[in-house]
Amino acid sequence: MTIRSSLFGAVAAALLLASGASGALASEGGGHDNRPHRMSWSFAGPFGTYDRGQLQRGFKVFKEVCSACHSANYLYFRNLAAPGGPGFTEAQAKQVASEYQITDGPNDAGDMFQRPGRLSDHWPAPFPNDNAARAANGGAFPPDFSVLAKARSYHVGFPGFITDAFIQYQEHGVDYIHALLTGYEDAPAGVHLQPGLNYNKYFPGNQIAMPKPISDGQVEYSDGAPQTVDQYSQDVAAFMMWVAEPHLEDRKRIGFQVMIFLIVLSGLLYFTKKKVWQHVSH
Amino acid sequence: MEGHSTYQPKGKVAQWFESRLPIVGLIHSSAVAYPVPKNLNYMWTFGAILTFMLVCQIVSGVVLAMHYVAYGPVAFARVEHIMRDVSYGWLIRYIHANGASMFFIAVYIHMFRGMYYGSYKAPREVLWILGVIIYLLMMATGFMGYVLPWGQMSFWGATVITNLFSAIPWVGETIVQWLWGGYSVGDPTLNRFFSLHYLLPFMIAGVVGLHIWALHHVGQNNPDGVDIKNVAKDSVPFTPYATIKDTFAMVVFLIFFSWFIFYIPNYLGHSDNYIPANPLSTPAHIVPEWYYLPFYAILRSIPDKLGGVLAMFGAIVVLAFLPWLDTSKVRSAKYRPLFRQFFWIFAAVAVGLGYLGSQPADGWYVVVSRIFTAYYFIHFLVILPLLGLFERPKPVPASIADAVLAKSKGGAVVVAGAAGPETK
Repeated sequence: MTIRSSLFGAVAAALLLASGASGALASEGGGHDNRPHRMSWSFAGPFGTYDRGQLQRGFKVFKEVCSACHSANYLYFRNLAAPGGPGFTEAQAKQVASEYQITDGPNDAGDMFQRPGRLSDHWPAPFPNDNAARAANGGAFPPDFSVLAKARSYHVGFPGFITDAFIQYQEHGVDYIHALLTGYEDAPAGVHLQPGLNYNKYFPGNQIAMPKPISDGQVEYSDGAPQTVDQYSQDVAAFMMWVAEPHLEDRKRIGFQVMIFLIVLSGLLYFTKKKVWQHVSH
Repeated sequence: MEGHSTYQPKGKVAQWFESRLPIVGLIHSSAVAYPVPKNLNYMWTFGAILTFMLVCQIVSGVVLAMHYVAYGPVAFARVEHIMRDVSYGWLIRYIHANGASMFFIAVYIHMFRGMYYGSYKAPREVLWILGVIIYLLMMATGFMGYVLPWGQMSFWGATVITNLFSAIPWVGETIVQWLWGGYSVGDPTLNRFFSLHYLLPFMIAGVVGLHIWALHHVGQNNPDGVDIKNVAKDSVPFTPYATIKDTFAMVVFLIFFSWFIFYIPNYLGHSDNYIPANPLSTPAHIVPEWYYLPFYAILRSIPDKLGGVLAMFGAIVVLAFLPWLDTSKVRSAKYRPLFRQFFWIFAAVAVGLGYLGSQPADGWYVVVSRIFTAYYFIHFLVILPLLGLFERPKPVPASIADAVLAKSKGGAVVVAGAAGPETK
């Protein structure tokens, strides 16, 4: 008996020691001084919805600043007036579309032609192709905005990655975008910047091709929201989340209905099961 | 699936039909009259949950395939088309993507339950091996499904995993090119993976049929690991007893599933998979889906490529030999005090390997991965064979009825046989 228990103890101790070593490493290796701050987003949590005003402001920032270099190929003008979005009227969305010239065709004569945009058009890309986009941006490709808010994240580590599942935290992408836009600084002494790159404390590797894209007061807000980089960044990040996840409000609303239904159903089934089994000892 | 039917067709037409194709009798004997041990706990509801998940994946997958196009330049855009423009496309895709993870969560619980209660022991060896085959098919299906959105992780995951076959001596390179349909992962790869991803679930369904057939032939194991001796005393009919219990468990599982679908649909995925596949840019860390992580850790812990591949596949193949590696005659861990402790160590090591698989392969992580990988194999190849020889099991109840009686009274268990160490 003693031999067996000491064998068991030795194995357990050795494995505990091993996992302890890896745990210690994880906590010391994960120095997160440059981890993006978690912001409070209106669309977070089980009942989250987009803030229409914020999406409209974010759209303005995107339209006036970001869209000069970044495409949003999966965004259609019709989306701007769709439920669960920025809440523009159809007339407003048509007006926005008509401000852009879209290449269409070929017509009956076989020629391509320009016409004003319609609701069924997607957001026109600033460059005709990827190579043109690179050539105009010092060799770096400005990524498409369509799903960018879901394509960015940051390392959370243990145990945060587990608690995030319980608190339903899914806003890592927008946290990162906000942090990136507010993270431009002068390079610290001793950091040698490569030519054409800029220092950003949240960008992986800290050297980013995109120059600081926006400054205080650059975009005019008509609703009295502060015209600061911080506000612009939050607004455009929220807008990007909607572009990436246009059915988020539907999803959370239906989710609540499904949950209520399933919880009630499981309660009924539980008591039915009890009733069926009541005379069976098991 | 045979033998238990008490089905007597009442109507003339039913009798006519039953004498020509006894399918109603088959359903009756499998899902109504089939005797279920009455001491089963909720760990035994995962078979039904898994059957439900397979149907859920096939149905949602067939609908997705109506809108998806397996062509490199448009595959990513087609998935986004499903997410944005198809009515409830986002719901169907999130059900399918998270459904894969739920399928694996359920199958891991199902497998660990089998290990804990010794469900692989005679006469259930074939039943267990069929389960291992289903698991392998699931892994292949899940892997190929993850490639279809054609994001960065799809592309680079496919590159890493298919490249494993190049470690095979002599024919490795040829096999890899044959898998790819070219000289790198590309459009032909995506197309054939889509084809196979659609095919394999139906093969799984076929093996599931055999798995259930074998199960209904030998009968279910149970927490006490003793066979049904008296159908009236030890068992209850499948319907309504197991039916209602399985349905309740399934709905509770659906609540868990819905949490992911509706509130954290991208939690189990990787953000890099929302970046379209780009053969010119390798992601900083290539991480497979979470359900492969323990095996990925085993693969990376071996410094030699061929050795790593062999260890990874060996870690799954060893499961098929479990019925013969475990030498103890006692099935349930309930009556095996030492095995119970080693089982939990093994479970912790398996979960630990999963965590290590998600971490970069450097420094202490590699050292711990190696220790855990070694332990994984030692558990199967050394501890299990030896435990059966040296462990002194607790007395096993003579029947399920006795076990239930002992539990409800808290009294002593009726001893079935000698409680000494077993000899073979």
